[in-house]
Amino acid sequence: MKNIKLTVNGTTHELSVKPYATLLDVIREDLGLTGTKEGCGNGECGACTVIIDGKTANSCIVLAVEANGKEITTIEGLSHGEKLHPIQEAFVEVGGMQCGFCTPGMVLSSKTLLDANPNPTEEQIRKGLEGNFCRCTGYTKIIESVKVAAEKIRG
Amino acid sequence: METLANEFNILGRRLPRKDAIEKVTGYAKYAADYAQPDMLWCKVLRSPQVHARILNIDTSRAEKLPGVKAIVTGKDFNGWTWGFMSQTRDESPLAVDKVRYHYEGVAGVAAVDEETAEEACELIKVDYEELPAIFDPEEAMKEGAPIVHDYRPNNVSVEYHWDFGDVEKAFADSYLVREDRFETGKVITGFLEPPASVAYWDPSGYITVWAAKQSPYFHFRHLAACFNLPLSRVRIIQPFIGGGFGGTKNDSTAADFCAVLLSKKTGKPVKFMYTQQEVLNTCRRRHNMIVYNKMGMTKDGLLTAVQSRVIANGGAYTAIGPLTMYLAGFATGLPYKLPNYRYDAYRVFTNNPVSAAMRGHGVTHTRFACEVQMEMMAEQLGIDPVEIRMRNAIDNPKRGESYRTVNDVTLKTCGIKEAIQAAAEDRLWADKNKEPKQVGPISYGVGMSGTSYLGGARQLGHQSCGAIVRVLEDGTVNLLTGATDCGQGSDTVLCMIAAEELGVKYEDVQIKRVDSAYTPVDPGSYGSRVTALAGQATKLAALDAKKQLLEAASKVWKVKPEEIEMKNSVVFLKGNPEKQMSFEKLAKIASYEGSGAVIMGKAYSGYGIEPLDFNTGRGSGGTTYSFTSQTVRLGVDMETGKIDVTDFFIAHDCGRPLHPVSVESQNEGGAVQGLGQAIYEQFVMDKGITHNANFLDYKMPRITDIPTIRVHDIITDDPDGIFGAKEASEGSIVSAPPAVILALHDATGVWFKEQPVTPEKIWRALKEKERGL
Repeated sequence: MKNIKLTVNGTTHELSVKPYATLLDVIREDLGLTGTKEGCGNGECGACTVIIDGKTANSCIVLAVEANGKEITTIEGLSHGEKLHPIQEAFVEVGGMQCGFCTPGMVLSSKTLLDANPNPTEEQIRKGLEGNFCRCTGYTKIIESVKVAAEKIRG
Repeated sequence: METLANEFNILGRRLPRKDAIEKVTGYAKYAADYAQPDMLWCKVLRSPQVHARILNIDTSRAEKLPGVKAIVTGKDFNGWTWGFMSQTRDESPLAVDKVRYHYEGVAGVAAVDEETAEEACELIKVDYEELPAIFDPEEAMKEGAPIVHDYRPNNVSVEYHWDFGDVEKAFADSYLVREDRFETGKVITGFLEPPASVAYWDPSGYITVWAAKQSPYFHFRHLAACFNLPLSRVRIIQPFIGGGFGGTKNDSTAADFCAVLLSKKTGKPVKFMYTQQEVLNTCRRRHNMIVYNKMGMTKDGLLTAVQSRVIANGGAYTAIGPLTMYLAGFATGLPYKLPNYRYDAYRVFTNNPVSAAMRGHGVTHTRFACEVQMEMMAEQLGIDPVEIRMRNAIDNPKRGESYRTVNDVTLKTCGIKEAIQAAAEDRLWADKNKEPKQVGPISYGVGMSGTSYLGGARQLGHQSCGAIVRVLEDGTVNLLTGATDCGQGSDTVLCMIAAEELGVKYEDVQIKRVDSAYTPVDPGSYGSRVTALAGQATKLAALDAKKQLLEAASKVWKVKPEEIEMKNSVVFLKGNPEKQMSFEKLAKIASYEGSGAVIMGKAYSGYGIEPLDFNTGRGSGGTTYSFTSQTVRLGVDMETGKIDVTDFFIAHDCGRPLHPVSVESQNEGGAVQGLGQAIYEQFVMDKGITHNANFLDYKMPRITDIPTIRVHDIITDDPDGIFGAKEASEGSIVSAPPAVILALHDATGVWFKEQPVTPEKIWRALKEKERGL
């Protein structure tokens, strides 16, 4: 077992983890934050997207020990009580989801995108969400949600 | 069932989905998010053989591994098998005497954690005697081919021969007759959430299961039958579902049965979660079909006859195949007038993973063949693609009348002509010759399709849905149905229907997930039937609750109940709208007056269709039919074959969109899934073994691949649809492939008859064309 320190959604956790445990396993099993989903376990679908030190990552292909000492944001860290993040509000208003399994990852990839560029073109939105699969919506309402979110963030 | 649209308060509005907040915050719990104290993990050992006799299974080494708590094999299920019809129950939870496809389940292990369960699987020794195997359905039909199931010595698992009108005479009288071979691909539903479940067989003899099922009552019945328990002792608690699209999540998997039995053996809850590799290797997929299509036309391009001989690669078991082959044949003519039709269908066993239902079930194969062939013939006759469709399209029947196809499919509304016209007038089609055809190596093309899909589909047996509307004393409402929202938005639509009928605010109606111990029995989410039938039940249940409330109000105001109306949570006198009270106040009066009442409206929808006749193919497969005309614009790099699809325009007759956001999103999603089927997705299989069982190599459309999509609603208000509504999404998964493939023809001049049309196929076809082959 390895001892690591993870700051997740602002709270620091000292954890003892298996050296081969993925960050996804630790987030879901040890911390009980099940908003981060496992779709493929291979870094291909983006359902397990989290933000590590400001950059999105597929947590299913990051070892927990690699994330030692880092700041991690999961979907649970975006809203505060009943107060949604503007990106979440936009997804709700536009209907940028169906089954919802990809939604946490989509929202977090949108956050990283909009943090860096609050006024993205449609092409930049597509590029920013390229790593996130959605099988339900055909992406159209997701793109629309990100556009609305960008407007909200710009104010 | 008709209601005028301008009377709606709730329906037709772009309201937020009921589940939106849970989904954007990550608090929506899916099956894999559930856990129980002291829970074990289940893994399934799978066969490396594609077709082999099981000689012996030795679990002794695995049993000794610390942490292993129990192991089950096929024999532990006591010969129980399941399947769609009594005569096709040919599948066991785990293989018993022989395995019939690669990675079929052979044993199930329960251990303290996932890794130990996996390790134990590796320690189980199975002796196999390899058998000759067969993979190609046409080869499998030949005399002397290896036999997959002894009860079907010719390997044909389902066979239909239907004949309507006089096909031979019609072909003889036709000006033009064509015969072509078409083939649809080996594709899968592609949900992101792998099947998962937590199962607990408690010591008092009840099973409780948290399982990822889009039709939980199938699973409910499977578990009761498999374990010989009364239905009342089986409880399926439904988590959120991470996509369904038919097939796997409408059925039970090997691990579903293993987890329950392992829980019984250990006395502990048992959880499993498939890997995506297990899904792509072993789960239900769309049938891959070969369609030999013969079509006749008059000189003016009017259809005279179609004869379809369809051979489907069924894989190792029958599953829902009898319905697949029915759906592939019964609506072949739609959306066109077809006076003569013959259908010869063969679903063939092979040593491949099992083929079953997928969105656009059945219809997608034959419509693709007919749609492409029709346009090939139009070109031969010098008739424009819009014109050939308009000449053959079924007219929208006048109110009170209906249209019957040659095999007695009955339509009360048909928006296909309006849809084709809308597509033809839209800029994609109307301006197609204004843009340069070729820019550098890119050749542009525009294609069109005209298609149909059924709503309110029936399988066999139980068709009705039930609903309970509970009005609480503060005027808020709980809606209970057995219907499953696996993403399509039905919970939202059902709440809208309840709010509309009851006259309350949308935000005052809540719905939770299915729990078979409390919610009404329901057939499930398939065949675009949930809004149609659970919607009908919800409407009737709301009316029942309303009746009870109006009676309470009539006592207060000393008028007849029919003199009172409720809208937007306000109760008022029809003749004197100034006289009002809040819905909350009425609910309170009704709940507390005298000894008080419990306001509970309940109903089930008896609104359905007659049982399907698989042997003759006569009759309606659904209660209503949607119609779609789709156009597609794309560019093909003539040097590399690379395709860039830029635009979709979908004119879709869904009757009336009740929740427009969901209708659009369903159309968009269905069309993009159809795009995947048309040009990207295909299992690479060699001798029954899948070589691309991951999302990198099995290529589903990403956000960078998708066109700009516009959806145009055609309103027809079907008298058989709930509030006029018909289906959405299965229509666009059927309309997209032919439209894309006809656009590819427009761009390249090549007729493609096999899906998917990959860049490699285009490149090869262009090289052949250059060489004049």
